[in-house]
Amino acid sequence: MALLEIRNVTRRFDALTAVDDVSLSIEAGEFFTLLGPSGCGKTTLLRMIAGFDQPDRGALLLDGMDMADTPPEKRPVHTVFQSYALFPHMTVAQNIAFPLRMARRGDVETAAKVREALAMVHLEDKGQRLPHELSGGQKQRVALARSLVNRPRLLLLDEPLGALDAKLREEMQIELIDMQREVGITFVFVTHSQSEALALSTRIAVMNRGRVEQLDEPSRLYGFPKNRFVADFIGKINMLEGELAGTGDQPRLRVAGLGEVAVRAEAGWRAGTAAALALRPEQVRIAPAGTDAGLPNSFAGKVRDFLYIGDVTTYIVDLPNGQRLQALLPNSAPGRAKFFEVGDAVTVAWPAEAGAVLAQ
Amino acid sequence: MAPRSQRTLKWLVGGPPFLFLVVFFLLPALIMVVASFRYPGEFGGLAPLLPARPGEESGLTAESYTVFFGDRVYAEIFAKSFGVAALTTLVCLVMAYPVALLIARSPKRHRDLMVLLVVLPFASNFLVRVYAWMIILGPFDLLFSRFAVIVGMVYVNLPFMILPLYTNLEKHDPALLDAAQDLGAGAWQRFWRVTFPLSLPGMFSGAALVFIPVLGMFAIPEILGGKDDWIVGNMIKESFLGTRDWPFGSMLSLMLTVAVLAVAGATSWLAGRSLRRA
Repeated sequence: MALLEIRNVTRRFDALTAVDDVSLSIEAGEFFTLLGPSGCGKTTLLRMIAGFDQPDRGALLLDGMDMADTPPEKRPVHTVFQSYALFPHMTVAQNIAFPLRMARRGDVETAAKVREALAMVHLEDKGQRLPHELSGGQKQRVALARSLVNRPRLLLLDEPLGALDAKLREEMQIELIDMQREVGITFVFVTHSQSEALALSTRIAVMNRGRVEQLDEPSRLYGFPKNRFVADFIGKINMLEGELAGTGDQPRLRVAGLGEVAVRAEAGWRAGTAAALALRPEQVRIAPAGTDAGLPNSFAGKVRDFLYIGDVTTYIVDLPNGQRLQALLPNSAPGRAKFFEVGDAVTVAWPAEAGAVLAQ
Repeated sequence: MAPRSQRTLKWLVGGPPFLFLVVFFLLPALIMVVASFRYPGEFGGLAPLLPARPGEESGLTAESYTVFFGDRVYAEIFAKSFGVAALTTLVCLVMAYPVALLIARSPKRHRDLMVLLVVLPFASNFLVRVYAWMIILGPFDLLFSRFAVIVGMVYVNLPFMILPLYTNLEKHDPALLDAAQDLGAGAWQRFWRVTFPLSLPGMFSGAALVFIPVLGMFAIPEILGGKDDWIVGNMIKESFLGTRDWPFGSMLSLMLTVAVLAVAGATSWLAGRSLRRA
């Protein structure tokens, strides 16, 4: 049985449907992420799981029990708030002890668990500090410790890394994964950052306008997006629009001004339908003009621009039909800092299996 | 900026407030101190410092203080005054808290109107409102009693407790209550462990705004309490306007200031300690 089951949950605010008939189940021990742009309904869904909001239709089941009549304080679900919401008048230790006091744990047990929690987040020596004396990262850790100390069945995290700078965010990501593995508590993580979601999650539900667009493992989400929204939202992508043609198990995409592109056969494809090939920049090979890459899809182009990022360079290539294609090249070749200059004639190529064919 | 012009700027910015404090606070206080050590004039006012006619009382004397410390009745009136002030403050606090909380938790668009309602009584004359209480309390035979004094004091001072409390409560981050509830706190625990301790500064400023003025009020005890229920304020007023003993009135005012400062100091020390401990 799933730890948390969300069954046909709908939540409306006046004319706006924030969450629209969402069904999904979260397994025990998962690092589950709700990913989507702001206003996609992910935070509303999180608030309903925590109990601060009620669905208009549908049900939330925790361990098979309907949570409709359980107020937030009675749910074995704790939240790490975006603003951390540390109690400013309590020390770090008192903040962490709060859920234990509410659960009427004894003084000895409370003290021991607070110590343990402080050690878990590497703040052993900060127990007597007040929240305003801590840095952003330290506040974040205290909020985590406070939410984990009483061992909830489910930990909800509402954009918890949003307020941290990039370097600290990366550190905290690694710590979060370690911590989740260590305590074995199921995490439900809300974010609008696709890179954060990909890095952390066991599974990701991509949400848009109150609906789940795709629920999958990070690598499948990235490699096989089901629709345009997911393809566009996660990572960088090239879209080649056209019309499907060809026969049997070798479909081709006819792209205006470019010719035919061999694509992977998706089940139930039909010639004559409009479709797009979603191609990741790292799937596109870029080589000097005239190079035969031995790939079925090979087109001449011209370097329009490049973005040197350090480990890789992204080349933006003009195709004959005027479309721009992004191609990624690792900068790992010895003795060379750069491969192509703006204006260079190049060949771009990719295998038939690359990319995903998306319907209109 | 050159140090010289920087110094000029410092004086330009700091000078006026400094001058204001000297003229309107320090000098009057000094005048009061000196006045309390002088002889009363024949028909009010103060006797001259240098004798104009032989045999006239002049110069400095500690007589006011001798009288004050020589008779227990003054200490008793002081104690009673502080008792009345403390009780008024407490009743105001208990009555103001729910009102302030209600306003702070109301939708934003209603709050201004509610605050306006709190201060609306100030639009009519203070004495008129106190006399109104005579009409209200009279038929119940409650007039001219300590009870009537407290009722009047609470009525007049309640807004001064509500406003600072509201200002404090309104600033509380609602996420803190969500967090407390999320971590297992029921409604009472949320209030007692989050809202209440965070509102302590508001409670202290409200208490100061009520407690100190109550000590100096004389109209309410005079109108609602009758002649027998005097507090310090009445004594001071009587010294200046009744017996026309200005030095004695100055001495009383000074003693009141000293006593209030002592209470305020002790309270803030206690508050600081309890806040550090909390």
